Parts: sequence; structure tokens; C-alpha cells
Amino acid sequence: MFACLHTPGNLPLLVECAGYFSPFIEETADGTVVFDIRGLRLIYGTPEQIAAAIERRMGLKANLAIATNPDAAIHAARGIAGITVIAPGREAKALAPLPLYLLGGSSEFARTLDTWGIRTFGEFAALPPLGIAARLGDEGVAMQRLARGQGDRLLRVSKDPLEFFEEFEPESTLDLLEPVVLLLGRMLNDLCARLRAHALAVNEIRVRLKLERAPDHVATLCLPIPMLDAQVFLKLLQLELDARPPQAPVERIRLDLKPVEPRTTQHGLFLPASPEPEKLEITLARIRALVGAANLGTPELVDTHRPDSFRLTHLRILQTSLVRAGIPATSQEPVLQNPVAGDTNRAQRHELPVRVIACLASFQKLILRRFRPPQHAQVWRGTDGRPSRISFSKGDGRVIDCAGPWRTSGDWWTGEPWDHEEWDVEITSATAGGVLRVHRDCRRGEWFVEGSYD
Amino acid sequence: MATLAAVHPATAISRNEPEFLGSVLGGIPIGALTEIAGPASSGRTTVLCALLAEATAGGGFCALIDTQGAFDPASAAAAGVRLSQVLWVRCGGNAEHALKAADMLAQAGGFGLVALDLADTPAKISRRIPLAAWFRLRRAVQNTKTALVSVGACFNASTSAALKIELARDRAVWRGRLLEGMEITARRTRHHQSRLETFVARR
Repeated sequence: MFACLHTPGNLPLLVECAGYFSPFIEETADGTVVFDIRGLRLIYGTPEQIAAAIERRMGLKANLAIATNPDAAIHAARGIAGITVIAPGREAKALAPLPLYLLGGSSEFARTLDTWGIRTFGEFAALPPLGIAARLGDEGVAMQRLARGQGDRLLRVSKDPLEFFEEFEPESTLDLLEPVVLLLGRMLNDLCARLRAHALAVNEIRVRLKLERAPDHVATLCLPIPMLDAQVFLKLLQLELDARPPQAPVERIRLDLKPVEPRTTQHGLFLPASPEPEKLEITLARIRALVGAANLGTPELVDTHRPDSFRLTHLRILQTSLVRAGIPATSQEPVLQNPVAGDTNRAQRHELPVRVIACLASFQKLILRRFRPPQHAQVWRGTDGRPSRISFSKGDGRVIDCAGPWRTSGDWWTGEPWDHEEWDVEITSATAGGVLRVHRDCRRGEWFVEGSYD
Repeated sequence: MATLAAVHPATAISRNEPEFLGSVLGGIPIGALTEIAGPASSGRTTVLCALLAEATAGGGFCALIDTQGAFDPASAAAAGVRLSQVLWVRCGGNAEHALKAADMLAQAGGFGLVALDLADTPAKISRRIPLAAWFRLRRAVQNTKTALVSVGACFNASTSAALKIELARDRAVWRGRLLEGMEITARRTRHHQSRLETFVARR
């Protein structure tokens, strides 16, 4: 059974009233709502008693119709004043006196029926279906079924988008962070309980603080994975507000949580342990407050030949775990290059010490430690053009041996071109001896120490 | 040489030996603090990256607390480090921040290796780190599956370190006009027993 309420210009009130009886509500048009009342018999009794209950709840004058299908209820509510209860199987008789314009349809359809002298539902319903199909097509057949009260469509239920937000306006402005955090904790508990009831999680938290005589303070936390833990959220917000406190007393707090599907993970029995995402987020937030957001993350190489090019991204525990579990990685990562075959021969050929040959299995890849930014250096060249002495901020020394030059350049088509002449040099110095990588900036003619091999 | 791959777990338990991470220079103990020290260009970062490569190759996550921001991702990737499993914290030269970050990450748990790089920090600063801080770090990883490594110019942690590796560059190996690599000597000290090893860091 379906009930339809109709009164022009009072849609919000109608929706509110319908919501009291059913969660399945269709907002058919401005001033018309139809809703499902199946199952109310156990509470209110017969359809007449249900209609009486709806009328009491409504509180204002509106047409109410109850029928076995939504279309019959809508037409009855629009065409018959007061309360109408149509018993099953009596729809055609109940709708017969209604004027045909209530049926809707295209203007051509209405003009054709008017030409034929058809004015009411009953007259249209009495026409032979085959003739209607031949002259008016599918639209005519569908309209005739509606005129007979034989509609069988489902409700087009209007669902409110799920929004999870809370607002609070304290009686007096809040000067300290502690009461703000206390209120946020209470709001988070309520919102998380609602989210849990909908089996949802959160991947973004936004706090908007309305400040006294100052622009609003907005703090947004983007979580790398969906979570649902009010304590974790509160700690993250507290760390964020500690790092960037509002600059004026708080007048109003609004907290928005963005709902998403919760994550589902299947942990492998033989996979190495990984940090717990919730706990790691708090740790990262604390470290972020300590060293700054720009100094924390996972390094990612950039597809360029420019020296020292990388970017920092967020550590993605879940995605990396999936890769470890056997799902192919999306990015190509370098693989550990084992010592090539024939190292022993090569070492013997180059007369490495005996003890080195004995431990050839422990060949390692030489790593560069970078000076950021590269240290400006003064380099003296010998008669052969090779560096003979280097002086820079960390010390100076005589060059024992060197290798180079290697010319590298690129990005000449952009505003930041680079053109280097690189050398590997070994210097002896009381303070900063070592093997360095230096380069000459050919565009500026200056020398820099990029780093040391360590 | 006790390595994770070579020693049967039952044997390790019966000898009351800790598990070891990796095989570089015999591996480093899990659940304990290891100190790696040496002058500039002595292979400290090479050893550290080799450990990172072994730890990440096994699927574990690592944290690198880089006091001076000297870590070179390109070199590390070439050495086999899976960068996507490395959390890199740059501390802008502030050793105090580095210690705090290391403590927090060690407490967070779940990392296979937490590395604290103090290599370019002046000795007068690193020596000022109180022993209590090292003791706290040691306790943070004790009885966990995390190996903690500190890299510096000198040893600072005293008895808090379960293993000390002292590195020295023997010589740089040049071939013609190419830098072939460096010969490194490592002195590995554990339980008052030292052992010398030599390896070649190849470019």
C-alpha cells in the first residue's frame, strides 16, 4: 500500500510528515509526496486507521490518498479532496471521475484525446486497448493502464546524501585550545558512532573554527587509509591545532567527516610485520610537527637526469602490503644488483689485496652522501687541467687522484637548465679527507662539491 | 657467522642468541642497538644502505632519520633499497629532533629497521647526547622485531649498543680514469670480541 499527500507549496512539511511513517519517500513534485506504508497495519490497523493517523500527524489541510500502487494514490490525492482510501481492485472505479489532465502525458496526446471528446479517466479507460495501441502507441497504452489504476512502478526514493558533521556554538568564546579539543572529542565520539552504525569509515576530517573578528580557521586532515577511531582522530586534530593554533578566540566549531567505505585487508601469515596504520599516523603527525611536513615522507625518484631529483610522498602501508602480498607493483623499482660473475678474476687482474679477494662476496654498492645544497668550492687545476686542490666550507685538501670529467646537461628547453662537468676526486686533508664528487657549473663557471662517497 | 638465513630458529633459541637482520658484515641483531662509526668516506652509508636493501627486500618497512638530510635516494635505489618501504625523516641538522623522531618511530613499532644517521653531525654535538637517551632507544626496541642502527663519526652509545662496527677506508680503487670503488675495513665488536672484515664498496 502507498499513501500520497498533496497540498501545494508545502513540500518540506509533507516530507517531514511522511518520514514519520516510512523511510521510503518519493518527492513526486512540488506539493506531492508518496510513501510506502506497507507494514503499518500492525501498528495502526486498517488503511482507514492509518489514514487517520497520517492526518493527525499532518496537522494541516492536505489531500491524502491510499492505494495499492503509487500512481493511483498520486492521482487520487491530486483529484479528490480530503481522505481517500481505495480498496484493492477498485482503483478504476475510484479514479473514473477524475479529469484527464491529471494523467499528464505529452501535449499531442492530450490534444488527440480532447479531439476524441475524452474528458475523464473513466472514459479513457473504457476505450479498447488494441485501438489505443494502434492509434497512440506505447504512450497511449501506458497512460490507459494508469487511468485504470494499474500502475506497477517502484518508488523513486529520494535519499539524502550521507553527511556527517556537527556544529557547536559555546555560550562564550573559547580562548584556550583545551576546551576546543574537549568539544571536538565529544563531537567525534557522536559522529564516529553514527558512522559505525552505517558501517562507514573516514578518510578526511575538516574542522572549521569561526573566530572572533578574524577569518575562519580551517584544519583539514587527509588520512591515507580509511579509519574509524575517535581517539586517533582527536589526537591528530590536537597535534594539528597545536602546530597551527587559531589566532583568535573561537566562537563556533564545525566538524565534518568525509565518509568512505572501510578498508578490508587480508593479512598474510608469513608477511613481515608492518606499522599499524592508526598508530603510525599519530607518530607521523608528531614528527611532522617536529621537523615540518616537507621533511617527512617516502622518497620517490623523478623521471629525469637532473642530479638529486626526487619527491617525497606519503608512506602507503596498505598499498605496499598488497604489493608484498603478490599483487603486481605499479611502479618499476630497481632490483638489488648482485656482484657480477667474474669479480674474483677482475680483482686478481687489478691486484687487489689478498684479504679483499677472500671477502669478495661482500661487495657493496658505493653510496653518495649529498650536501644539500651543494657546497660552493674553490678548485685549482693542474697543468693537465685536472683538479689539484679543493677548498670548500668543510675543509680543503690536496687532490690525490681524480677521475673525469663527465659532461652532463639537460632541461635547456626550460627556464632551469643545467650543464655540469663532474669529477670524482680523492683529497687528503686533516679535517675533511675523503672521496668527493665535485662539479663545475659550466653556465656560471663555478665549482661545487655535490657530496662525498661514503 | 650467525645470519637469519643460516641459523635454524631452534638453534638460535637454544644458544640464547638474538636473531640477526641481513648478512652485511655478519648481520645486525634484531631488538638491539647497533652502532656504525667511522670518518667521512669510510663506507658508513654504504653499509647502512646495504642493510636497508636487505630489510626492504624481505618486505619490511624501514625508517631513516637523516639528521643532515644527506641521503641520496638515487644511490640507495641503485643499491637495491625499495624506496616505497622507506620512511625518510630529514631533521635539518638538529640532532635533538633526530633523537626524538627515532624514539617515536622505535616506539611506534612495526619497522624492521630504524636507522639514525648522525654521520655528518659534529662530534662535539653527538658526544653531548646523554647516555640516558641511548638507553631509552635501546629499551624502545628491546624484545621487538625492530633493529636499531646509529651511524656516526664516533661511538656514542657506550654499553647501550649490542654491536659496534668501526669502519675505515683503506684506499680508493681507481682504474684508469675511473673511480672503481673503495676498500673498506670493518672492525665488528660484540661481547668484547672483535673481528676484522674487509669489503669493497664498488661504484
